[in-house]
Amino acid sequence: MLNDGVQTPTFPLTPAHTAREALPALAAELRLPTNWLDYTILAIYFVVVLGIGFAARRSVKTSLDFFLSGRSLPAWITGLAFISANLAATEILGMAANSAQYGAYTVHWYWIGAIPAMVFLGLVMMPFYYGSKVRSVPEFLLLRFDKWAHLLSSILFAFAAILIAGVNLYALAIVVEALLGWPQWVAIVVAGLFVLAYITLGGLSSAIYNEVLQFFVILAALIPITVLALRKVGGWSGLTDRLTVLHGHDFVTAWGGTGIGSPNPLGANWLTIILGLGFVLSFGYWTTNFAEVQRALSAKNLSAAQRTPLIAAYPKIFIVFLVMIPGLVAAALVPKIGTSASGLQYNDAIPYLMQELLPNGVLGIAVTGLLAAFMAGMAANVSSFNTVFTNDIWSKYVVRHREDEYYVRFGRLITAIGVMASIGTAFLASSFSNIMAYLQTLFSFFNVPMFVAFIIGMFWKRASAKSGFWGLLAGTVTAMVNYFVMYKRHIIDIPTDQGANFVSAIAGFVAGGIVMFVVSLFTSPKSAEELEGLVYGTRSPGMAEPPAAGDDAWYRKPALLGWGAVIIAAACYIPFSL
Amino acid sequence: MSDHPEHRDRPDGPDGPERPEDFGYSGFTERDLQREVLDLEHRSTTAARIFDLRRIIGGLFVLYGVMVTIAGITASDAAIDKAEGVNINLWTGIGMLLLGLFFLAWLKLRPTPPPLPDTAPDDKPAAE
Repeated sequence: MLNDGVQTPTFPLTPAHTAREALPALAAELRLPTNWLDYTILAIYFVVVLGIGFAARRSVKTSLDFFLSGRSLPAWITGLAFISANLAATEILGMAANSAQYGAYTVHWYWIGAIPAMVFLGLVMMPFYYGSKVRSVPEFLLLRFDKWAHLLSSILFAFAAILIAGVNLYALAIVVEALLGWPQWVAIVVAGLFVLAYITLGGLSSAIYNEVLQFFVILAALIPITVLALRKVGGWSGLTDRLTVLHGHDFVTAWGGTGIGSPNPLGANWLTIILGLGFVLSFGYWTTNFAEVQRALSAKNLSAAQRTPLIAAYPKIFIVFLVMIPGLVAAALVPKIGTSASGLQYNDAIPYLMQELLPNGVLGIAVTGLLAAFMAGMAANVSSFNTVFTNDIWSKYVVRHREDEYYVRFGRLITAIGVMASIGTAFLASSFSNIMAYLQTLFSFFNVPMFVAFIIGMFWKRASAKSGFWGLLAGTVTAMVNYFVMYKRHIIDIPTDQGANFVSAIAGFVAGGIVMFVVSLFTSPKSAEELEGLVYGTRSPGMAEPPAAGDDAWYRKPALLGWGAVIIAAACYIPFSL
Repeated sequence: MSDHPEHRDRPDGPDGPERPEDFGYSGFTERDLQREVLDLEHRSTTAARIFDLRRIIGGLFVLYGVMVTIAGITASDAAIDKAEGVNINLWTGIGMLLLGLFFLAWLKLRPTPPPLPDTAPDDKPAAE
């Protein structure tokens, strides 16, 4: 357990929209018995990744091609890339760790902490994003609010993207060192250069195509692990029996022990789970994080853009089993996991099962899947960073009104600079992991006020141009003050980092909202003409385009897809609530 | 947490002096953006020139499927014992092979649509 009394160097393998703090490097005895077959599988994968980069290069002619795939991709590709961008290895290992530590509470990060927000993005927000033809999330803030909101969100996003890319790279280096025995710097440089090569060559198309491929390789890695892990503990009933004996019945339920005031390992109650995780953190992450939204903006038409997060929602509902079950099995097989007595950290859950269960061949697939997941996480951040830096910072405030080819060249240059900066960040992280953990928590709060600005800006015409900037600033500062001062200095009493994270998010949301409201009352609103297509109840001029042939098929109706995902996610809770 | 109260009586706000007509104006309108993006979309050739991903996924998974299936057919007893008595290479290999074949079949049944007429289909082989 994470005790506040003990100062451990914390380096989190952090799922993107939470700030769980975990323990550092993986145990050294996890070295995998890889052979030539496994390495051949890995080598083939790297060749294909580069091949996609070279092939996608032919499609880059304008800056829109490079940064947004020319807004031309079909929904199944953008949808799977959307989920893959989220399914970074930090997410996989982090959520397995979460399950080993907290049990079945992990399902909340998926069914309530993802699905409603993804459906909201597809059904409600996408018409504004895609219809207004913005090329990035900050660009929407520029149209809806003013330059200050735009510049603040662009700069913070650019920093956060490089930081997260670097964190992914460092986490990859830790895992590769433990599993394959490569020195950390080799892994950092090799993975960094591969990502650099394929994004510089093919831009977003290359990143997205690789993400779709990665999605299937990751599944091919996780499914055998999950099946064999379940078999080892005697199926689901054998697993729950063992865990009930070890940790009590609440460990295998979603809501057990989450009554307000009753203690539970997560340190959160049903209210903070629903409001903090399910509403504020999750909506903030899924609807305003450009690394995700960018995938939808590259779709070929509005219908495909709307379906992007909805198609992604279905795998998201079920992927939880592929990360939670290995985590739970690890907790059942190694009762002392997470303590020094076992020599295994929570983060080791999946690598431990790979070592225990997988023969050569499938082992190679699993290693490839894990590396693919790290690269997906990094590439999603690099490809969104270069877009925001070029479109939102460079071309609007630094070098304006140049010919389009210039911005393509600049995009390639800034991709290289971004990857180099991530490599630098990864090396920094290896020496100052505490600082990086704080920075990561800090940036996780930034999505919260972004969401406030979006939700108020989209639904309240009166929200003034100035209110965006002040809402963003106030929300970010409040969430940070609550977390780093109120919680870390024990002014308010919350049992865990996780619980504090939820409460901070709620505080930031409320503060951002109040400040936007007050500032709007004292400043003048934008004219109705300027808000066309940006506020609920208005339409963009470009929105009138007729549906493409075939998009009226029943299985392509966004409303049906969206509500279907919500209903399935809700139904999944039933067996975990008994 | 609240807004700086003194800011309300300063019309120029936090961001330095502004001319009144600029107030609340982002210097960039949706109309400009629509024009720019439509122009770029018109010149974009991605839709016509990007290759079909289904071929790549299909090819890679057929290759992986064959490799892992062979590893399964020739599996040693030790490998099977390690995987809880399951020939996991065989099953995973077959699964990957089927996924790969699915993508290739899909590609065969629904081939990539030809390039849009306005992108001069003739220049495709000559390009680059």
